[in-house]
Amino acid sequence: MNFTLAPEDATFQAEMRTLIRDLLPEDIARRGRRGFHATHDDIRDWMRILNARGLAATHWPAEHGGTDWSPLRKHLFQVELRAAGAPVPDQAALELVGPVIYTFGDAAQKARYLPEILNGDTFWCQGFSEPNAGSDLASLKTSAVRHGDHYVVNGQKTWTSEAHKADMMFALVRTDAEARPQAGISFLLIDMKSPGVSVRPIYTINEGLSVNEVFFDDVRVPVENRVGEENRGWGYAKFLLTNERTMSAETPYTAFDLAMVKDLARREIRGGRPVIEDPLFATRLARFEIELMALQAAVYRVLHMAEDDPALNATASVLKLRGSELRQRIADLAIEALGDHGLAVFPDVEGQDNMDVQAPVPPAPDHAAGWLSRAMFRRATTIYGGANEIQRTIVAKSVLGL
Amino acid sequence: MELSLTPEQAALKDSVRRLCERDYGFEHRRGLLRSPEGFSRDLWATFAELGWTGAGLSEADFGYGGGPVEMAIVQEEMGRALVVEPYLSCVVVAATAIAALGDADQKERLLSGVVGGETLIALAHNEVAMRGDDAAVTTTATQGPYGWHLNGRKGFVLGGPSADILLVSAQTPGGISLFQVSAEAAGIEITAYHAVDGRRVAEIALNDVQVGPEALIGPEGGALPGIERAVDHGIIGLMAECVGAMDAALWLTRDYLKTRKQFGTTLNSFQALQHRMADMLVETELARSMLMAGVAALSDPDPAARRAGVSAAKVQISEAAIKVTAEAIQLHGGIGVTEEYVVGHFYKRAVLARGLFGGIDRHLERFAAHGLRDVA
Repeated sequence: MNFTLAPEDATFQAEMRTLIRDLLPEDIARRGRRGFHATHDDIRDWMRILNARGLAATHWPAEHGGTDWSPLRKHLFQVELRAAGAPVPDQAALELVGPVIYTFGDAAQKARYLPEILNGDTFWCQGFSEPNAGSDLASLKTSAVRHGDHYVVNGQKTWTSEAHKADMMFALVRTDAEARPQAGISFLLIDMKSPGVSVRPIYTINEGLSVNEVFFDDVRVPVENRVGEENRGWGYAKFLLTNERTMSAETPYTAFDLAMVKDLARREIRGGRPVIEDPLFATRLARFEIELMALQAAVYRVLHMAEDDPALNATASVLKLRGSELRQRIADLAIEALGDHGLAVFPDVEGQDNMDVQAPVPPAPDHAAGWLSRAMFRRATTIYGGANEIQRTIVAKSVLGL
Repeated sequence: MELSLTPEQAALKDSVRRLCERDYGFEHRRGLLRSPEGFSRDLWATFAELGWTGAGLSEADFGYGGGPVEMAIVQEEMGRALVVEPYLSCVVVAATAIAALGDADQKERLLSGVVGGETLIALAHNEVAMRGDDAAVTTTATQGPYGWHLNGRKGFVLGGPSADILLVSAQTPGGISLFQVSAEAAGIEITAYHAVDGRRVAEIALNDVQVGPEALIGPEGGALPGIERAVDHGIIGLMAECVGAMDAALWLTRDYLKTRKQFGTTLNSFQALQHRMADMLVETELARSMLMAGVAALSDPDPAARRAGVSAAKVQISEAAIKVTAEAIQLHGGIGVTEEYVVGHFYKRAVLARGLFGGIDRHLERFAAHGLRDVA
């Protein structure tokens, strides 16, 4: 056993750090350091810069446009992307539907969709949750009825992230109403410009737009847009959600957040000295750093586990549960460190996802921008990807055998 | 980075676990704690025969070529069984101090004695006012015509009552020095008492104890770095014990919930309890991950970075151990607070681990002082 990064991996990480800093345009990096969602344009431009170097989806297998790097190196690349303040890419495409398509899709689907994803040409959203199917996803009701070479889709999805920007949706739809809930679901790729698709924004408590309701009214979807077999969609969704849970550890993002908190705590003054020099604040910050170290160590363990390792689920659940909670608490700490500046609403002046009624820019320093928005939106981190209570039940049943 | 155990490491782990399962039952342990010395000399001889007393020492230090990983493997399994033999104090802490500071002759004599199981040594460094500040030594050593005169009072010295040799830290003109002193030396007064987890500790009064110049271990005035290194090994060893104890408490509680019936059903059917068990598992896994980082920190060539990494592990793991073992008591109900049932004893070990070698505030302070400077 040796927990230290091998010299060649440390060299790799340093090289990637330099490369990313060289490639990332300064104005995109500056916007990335603010706490708002990246703009569609920034994401697309950055995806194309990476794709030109073959680095758009480094965690994918090489044959589909990814790399043959080790899991550790793939992780280190993500660490450096986040540390540089690079915009968060289209995760629905890169983390979720991409792997489903290259694992279960047919040749035509792979040839059509994967290059578009890699080049940022097509943006995706995930059509899973419905008003009455949240944590209990298998009770979803949106129906797809086969008419010749098309399905006709009717129903409603909700909490659909980025649907207002997306070109395509991957959706779970019910193709057999008689079967038991998990056995009658199929996995469809739906063009968001199809007649009968309508998107209604849901503004969230961060005064921004990232989630939506999506309605389907007799939407015709070609049968060739079904991934895998009819009524086997639940299995593909489970594959995808496993990816989502591992991704949800998000420790590189958390590390970036914590570095930003340190930065603002050096700028904010309380009692005549920077907040970071207040021993009470410093010890609270230390606790967060320590917990992040433990999570990072858990990530390294997951990266080194074989896929059939019995301890894998336990450790992955740790990442999801504690990682999501830590991100919330770090954003809360930032709000506290900012004092009054943390309580003022900042509009996302360069963004595209503002609420219909926009707050004026407050007379507060720029380092405060985005933190309130982050802290509010972070309440969702313990809900999406399977609420933490669901995670606890999964741990209790599948790991502890209770 | 390589996270799997080598075949030798796996065999070591298996060896410690099997012996503890066979010979270290809870009733046996209760008997040991009631004996005058508080542990078994016979078992100690067995530990030595099996090579455990040299598992974490390099061959140059008269061990079997291992290091911090091997040390942590043994300690984790000993934590699982709540072993009370003076492994942590003698093999982990005192031997590390000698390896760090001793000259060739001292190493050969003292370390081969430890590895062979013939000599018990304790680091008599702690003073109760130190509270984890290793530089705050008030014991003094003054130079006389034939050597050194030691005066002062050491407190809560783990393994002190049974030690043949004490490694006493003292202020000398050049700084902090370390001296080997026979526990039988004139002027030494040892008062044995019990720590919360049943292990034996000593208050050691030094009243003009005289030792020769050859008693000095390491440079005069320059022993602190070696002492800190030894204490850091002790902290990680103790945290490994915590991980073993947490894991044992977790699965014991799991089994209890599956058998204990109330309201006509076994307790494991209640979701409120399932979720608390899930949180216990999360804490345990996070602690296990942090232990790996802590073990790695022991090999960090930069002492300040090593200390920060060790402090981080101490905070994360000892607090997790408190949470998990306290929850294990709660989920057991009344039986959990009885002396005759094991689960409360895991908690007692966690309480010791949280406080020994400096408490949470001390280690948070130390980590913050290092970690926050890093990004300035």
